[in-house]
Amino acid sequence: MTRSVRIGVAVLLVVLAVLPFVGITIPGLFDGALNAPGTLNLLGMCFVFGALAVTYDIVFGYVGLLSFGHALYFATGVYVTAIALARWHWSLPAALALTVVVSLVLPLVLGAICLRMRDIPFAMVTLAFAQAGSILVMQNPFGLTGGEEGLALGGDVLPSFLVGVVNTRNVYWVAFALIVVVYVVAWRAVNSPPGRVWQAIRENERRVGVLGLNPYLYKLGAFVLSAFLASICGVVYLLLQGGANPQVTTADFTLALLVMVVLGGVGTLWGAVLGGLAYEYLDFRLVALSNAPAVQSLPALLRVPLSEPLFLLGVLFIVLVLFVPGGLGGALRRRLPLRA
Amino acid sequence: MTETGPRTVLSTTSLGLRIRGVTIVDDVSLDVNEGELLVIIGPNGAGKTTLFNLLSGVTRPTSGKVVFRGDDITTAPPYVRARRGMGRTFQTSTIFAELSTLENVRLAAQAHLGGSDHIWALADRQQAALERARAALASVGLETRERAKAASLSHGEKRKLDLAILLCGDPRLVLLDEPTAGIAVEDVPEMMTLIRHIHRDQNKTVLMVEHRMDLIMGLADRMAVMHHGSLLAVDTPERIIANEIVQSAYLGDPL
Amino acid sequence: MTTIALLLITGLGLGALYFLIAAGLSLIWGLMRVLNFAHGAFFTVAAYAGWSASRLLTSSPAELRWAVAVVVAIVVGGAFAALTEVLLIRPLYSRHVGQVLVTVGLALATISLVQGGFGSDPQPFAVPDWMTNTSSIAGAGIPNTRLLVIVFAAVVLAVLLFFLQRTRFGLIVRAGVENRDMVQALGIDVQRAFTLVFTIGGMAAGLSGILAATYYGTVDPVRGTSMLIFAFIVVIIGGLGSVTGSAVAAVVVGVLQQFLNFYAAAGVGDFSVVLLLAVVLLVRPGGFSGSST
Ligand SMILES: Nc1ncnc2c1ncn2[C@@H]1O[C@H](COP(=O)(O)OP(=O)(O)OP(=O)(O)O)[C@@H](O)[C@H]1O
Ligand SMILES: [Mg+2]
Repeated sequence: MTRSVRIGVAVLLVVLAVLPFVGITIPGLFDGALNAPGTLNLLGMCFVFGALAVTYDIVFGYVGLLSFGHALYFATGVYVTAIALARWHWSLPAALALTVVVSLVLPLVLGAICLRMRDIPFAMVTLAFAQAGSILVMQNPFGLTGGEEGLALGGDVLPSFLVGVVNTRNVYWVAFALIVVVYVVAWRAVNSPPGRVWQAIRENERRVGVLGLNPYLYKLGAFVLSAFLASICGVVYLLLQGGANPQVTTADFTLALLVMVVLGGVGTLWGAVLGGLAYEYLDFRLVALSNAPAVQSLPALLRVPLSEPLFLLGVLFIVLVLFVPGGLGGALRRRLPLRA
Repeated sequence: MTETGPRTVLSTTSLGLRIRGVTIVDDVSLDVNEGELLVIIGPNGAGKTTLFNLLSGVTRPTSGKVVFRGDDITTAPPYVRARRGMGRTFQTSTIFAELSTLENVRLAAQAHLGGSDHIWALADRQQAALERARAALASVGLETRERAKAASLSHGEKRKLDLAILLCGDPRLVLLDEPTAGIAVEDVPEMMTLIRHIHRDQNKTVLMVEHRMDLIMGLADRMAVMHHGSLLAVDTPERIIANEIVQSAYLGDPL
Repeated sequence: MTTIALLLITGLGLGALYFLIAAGLSLIWGLMRVLNFAHGAFFTVAAYAGWSASRLLTSSPAELRWAVAVVVAIVVGGAFAALTEVLLIRPLYSRHVGQVLVTVGLALATISLVQGGFGSDPQPFAVPDWMTNTSSIAGAGIPNTRLLVIVFAAVVLAVLLFFLQRTRFGLIVRAGVENRDMVQALGIDVQRAFTLVFTIGGMAAGLSGILAATYYGTVDPVRGTSMLIFAFIVVIIGGLGSVTGSAVAAVVVGVLQQFLNFYAAAGVGDFSVVLLLAVVLLVRPGGFSGSST
């Protein structure tokens, strides 16, 4: 990174940290003032998805594992915490402790099985396990998950500083801390000795074995780390949303993650952040766009596609894969002097 | 077992591989002695690469066994064999294409020195691995190319990088699968010098596949001839040339 | 006894729907190494096309409306798949992950477009009266739609096997599945074989879509996605690239799912299918009929 980019990033971080104190309005970009609860909540969600995209990029971009089951681990963070808090009335620290344990054990077991396969069969198997998770949540076993309805946290299960419109800024800071921590951990990990082995596995797994390293263990390590971080993202998502909804367990959710990472550029962490932020923001704004009077008055042939954010994102995704293989990150890197 | 001959580093007993009823490697028993340079020759499709795969653990044999430095490693995965001192290259060079030349070798050094599981460390701060990697690059003459992406190297440079990666692991036994395949004619002598250097100066036992007779003469201590998956003969180069079975079965074959 | 017969035949019917999706997926995977997420979109679009056609013909006899819906679904499924192969898959030749990704994008875009156009709720699909009646088998009243679906799938299986074993293109496809290098060596014909396999897969998926509408009595925008996931499981259990393996696995999965959903609890069957997959993978990483590499 050049000096000017470093300074730019530092300034951006400071601005984002003090944002809840900034009352100005940027028309077109956000509906309310920058420190309005609605804006802070949207930004918090953007941070969560930026961080989540980073966790996915670890397995997909750095190890080259096309996992279609990442939603399962995010949902683990969401649901385990939500159930412990709302159903069992545990304290937040106890709920978090349980979530940490489950978020380490589950990917360890499932990863150990899935990683017996490679490439596309691996993708299919991860998808199948995630689907099992989704079915489980939908079935509402023992009335724990709330099935299709989801599971609302209610006012009294969280510490008061995390509840209510006036405290949105606190949750915003939690989300901001999340993206910073996840990014730093991911950056350290991919630049650590095992992280370098991951990239070698992506390039040529057999060669890694001949060097005297067991690729399976390294893949499993990356899988567990990435899944664990995804679960932490799930916890913060729960705080922002105030509840769990089964949407986050679906295959479509993993596909959305894939879109984020490819949007930002596979194999670059900041590209993934960009993709996650852009996706969540676009998703939100496109919903607003589809409800705009200008769109609603269009003839059906135009109105229907424009009213479907997923349609627009799907098309954008196809165009990116076909014509911009490096994603936004790749396209930007060609213009910016980010690497020596 | 009573004779006090040279020590055996690697020994196979009736090693075989059958896939869907087709015999690809057939009853191969071969001893590789400490410090020797043994060349395997044989026509295309003879099973030389497959034999290397069986030796290095890339493929599991369907019969027979492999003993390496006293241990039965018949079913050991490749990484276990590598840790015990077996290194290999592949017929088509298999470098890590998207990584830099230095990173290719640094990974090998890291794997050899240990610490590949230090998740809290930063790879580029591990001086020992970096130094070892640079030394290996220098020993094959690639020190000026360390920042180049491995994919952008010329074919000959890639083969040298293969050797540098191999040397970083400081193996006792190296398996070289056609190290001169596909490289420019003028680069061949340099490659042969490098191999001689690895064998003589670094005291490594070398098992290599090579097609070209002119290169083998004067380099090989012994030669083994492979044909239709089995070993026809193992002997000194002079006697192999003179061997009638070999003559009719292999040297007579149009290559 | 009657419950068992009913569950068995219902399970077979479900398996038949899975098979129709899985057969195409398996061949596409075997020949081109593409994991086709758009297969669920072929299924959905074809079903809605058939449904729309049948709604246009309100004054015609029910049998004719249904027959037209089936034909339209097959044609639309095949055409959509062929276009996908030519426009999206072919430009990404040799970029397998890219190919998977465009099919993901296509699936997302198409399904949401269908939802936008026709609403998120299932729509009733009119079928001839005799189909909703039941026939008595082993004392159980079996809805005729179940039997119909099974007959269709059996015919498709027979046709596919004939195609693979007796025709020139079938030979190319089989050779390609057996040995990837040969695909490259065969040159131009392979390009056409790719399109053909996609088209056949799309036709089968389209048929599956309209038969599922017949089976459930509705068209549903999200049904394709969940069917697709079970079809993936069928493909892996049956051995990637094997049509017969898919047929066997589809029956096993469909029947197991029905029985457990009935005797244990709703959802347990679905869940067990995934567990079955895990067990199969642990025992035989290549599936029932596949090789282990
Ligand atoms: N997995 C496999 N399945 C089927 N046949 C195989 C397999 N692996 C190798 N073979 C066959 O075994 C034979 C030996 O191949 P191998 O690559 O070992 O020969 P080689 O002696 O190295 O030839 P070359 O000089 O061309 O490198 C070939 O006919 C090859 O097609
Ligand atoms: Mg060979």
